[in-house]
Amino acid sequence: MAWVNDIIQGILLGGLYALFACGLSLLFGIMKVVNLAHGDLAIVGAYVATGVIAVTHVQFLWSIPIMIVLMAAVGYVLQRSVIQAALSKGELATLIVTFGLSVVIENGLQQFFTANSRSIGTNSSLLSNSFSLGSQIPIGWLPLGIFVVAVIVLLALQFFLSRSKYGRMIRAVADDREAAMLSGVNARHVFGIAAAIAFATVGLAGVAYGMSGQFSPSDGNSSILLWAFASVVIGGLGSLWGTLLGGIVLGVAELIGAQINPSYEALAGYVIFLVVLVLRPQGLTARRSQS
Amino acid sequence: MTVTGEATLLPGAAPRVTRSRRNVWWTGIVALVIVVVFALLPYYVYAGTTAILDQAFVILTLACMWNLLAGYGGLVSVGQQAFLGLGAYVMLILAMHGVSPFLGLPLGAIGAGVAAVPLWWLVSRLRTGYFAIATWVLATAVELFIEQFQSIGGGSGLPLPGLSGFGPTLLSAYTYWAGLAVSVLALATVYFLLRSRVGLTLTAIRDDETAARSSGVKVGLARGLVFLVAAIGCGAAGGVLAIQQLQVVPQTSGGVFSVQWTAEMAFAVIIGGIGTIEGPILGTIIYMVLQQTLQQYNVWYLITLGLVAIAITLFARRGLWGLVDEHLGVRLFPVGYYLWPASRAKQP
Repeated sequence: MAWVNDIIQGILLGGLYALFACGLSLLFGIMKVVNLAHGDLAIVGAYVATGVIAVTHVQFLWSIPIMIVLMAAVGYVLQRSVIQAALSKGELATLIVTFGLSVVIENGLQQFFTANSRSIGTNSSLLSNSFSLGSQIPIGWLPLGIFVVAVIVLLALQFFLSRSKYGRMIRAVADDREAAMLSGVNARHVFGIAAAIAFATVGLAGVAYGMSGQFSPSDGNSSILLWAFASVVIGGLGSLWGTLLGGIVLGVAELIGAQINPSYEALAGYVIFLVVLVLRPQGLTARRSQS
Repeated sequence: MTVTGEATLLPGAAPRVTRSRRNVWWTGIVALVIVVVFALLPYYVYAGTTAILDQAFVILTLACMWNLLAGYGGLVSVGQQAFLGLGAYVMLILAMHGVSPFLGLPLGAIGAGVAAVPLWWLVSRLRTGYFAIATWVLATAVELFIEQFQSIGGGSGLPLPGLSGFGPTLLSAYTYWAGLAVSVLALATVYFLLRSRVGLTLTAIRDDETAARSSGVKVGLARGLVFLVAAIGCGAAGGVLAIQQLQVVPQTSGGVFSVQWTAEMAFAVIIGGIGTIEGPILGTIIYMVLQQTLQQYNVWYLITLGLVAIAITLFARRGLWGLVDEHLGVRLFPVGYYLWPASRAKQP
């Protein structure tokens, strides 16, 4: 029964990882930008949400849409300024710029908010409660809620990219930038929109992370970026649902690892990542092999 | 250093190929003098000064290696801290069995190199951004793996044994010389490696990978060699770091597995000038100046360093040495060639 419990909890944890991975996958898929500041930006999202609560005294749930709007604005501005400038200078430049942003953000947060951990006060007893499935499998409302949010975000992204006008433009620019621009698409603006959406999901991921436990400035890389990346690689590049599968594989591996020995939790996740990297570098869901 | 081509047919009109636009034979002598002066420093200055220089040697070694990786090999690694850590931990394990850390230092570097072989196999098929994060994941996995062993300190680290036999003055002098030797070796290795056929191969890959591959250049082999050399160099730097700190700590406060090391080496290279031998040296000097002036403001030096690196990437992508090179045409350590067009070859 303990194993069944691990698998179910692992699947729910996978939802959180898929949420982490969304923004990373989106930016890479559309702009070929590997955003090394991804994890730190998620932590920024968590700080923004707590900041909004502290300043405006709104209910916790209302702080999320405000945070999403703020993060989207940050995404648009960062894309139109720094990231776009780096994009035109090649891959090394985007890596250095995003890595630089990562270091600046992490140390900046540490400077202004100290290195102490904090948590997002939800003031909601529902989120800390759980119901039980059968007799021995407790399911927390929070992990379940995060999983559902992750699925909703993935569905919304898929719908947006395949059906909406902007989604079509984003895909056009991702496929062939010059041709899209010749047809009258403002590629920079489209990239900005894509970055805004990616950053909104990144902020959401940060809030989910902050609600699941505690967060501190140094969590961005070790707890978010690397897991997001592992989910993307396990699931297969460029596939949104593959990312969810990758997150679930990671989550299950971690909980089973923890069942064997509590100190193997994170290590088990990395081992499964390496195994996939060796045996199936194109990821679990990829249809054609990546060169 | 002048390489005359088929110049004999048309005297005075043939193109000439030299290593640098200006003759820089004197840099070898100056470099030698500088090394000798640095080597004699412990006899004349206080231990506080040599301790600052120790840090500079670590950063210089790391910067040289990262420059080789990213600037010449096209491998943007964010996981070099894995090799820093492995070098330090091999040294620690040897020291626990009675091997002097100063002998353990080269052995630790070799250990890091040995570990680099399977790690290279894992990441070799990834490119650019994916390579960057994958190396980061690997470094974290290596760290977690090592932290599983409580006998070598687990997650909190251990003091480095085998250093108590030295007096404080002698120890700081030995540490300094070890750091100097490692950084001079690192510079020399990168310099001569790039002047050799390997350097030519790497330049070919950098300019056009597909063309190089189809001309029979063993792209994977050249990159693997670069990865291996960088691992050994970073392992040696990790050893010097551990001797300086008198302990091996995995993560907290400047631990050997901290990604901060990769940030520092990368930023030093970017600021100094990526893809030149002089860049890392200049970058290390700027790094040390920033670090010494801002050190009382806690993490501000890292923030400043990051912002400067971003600005340099966007506005002067060849770094500060690139600006020098552009205006003066000087390469102190030339590894490429300069082609003099035929019409100008008459000039002496």
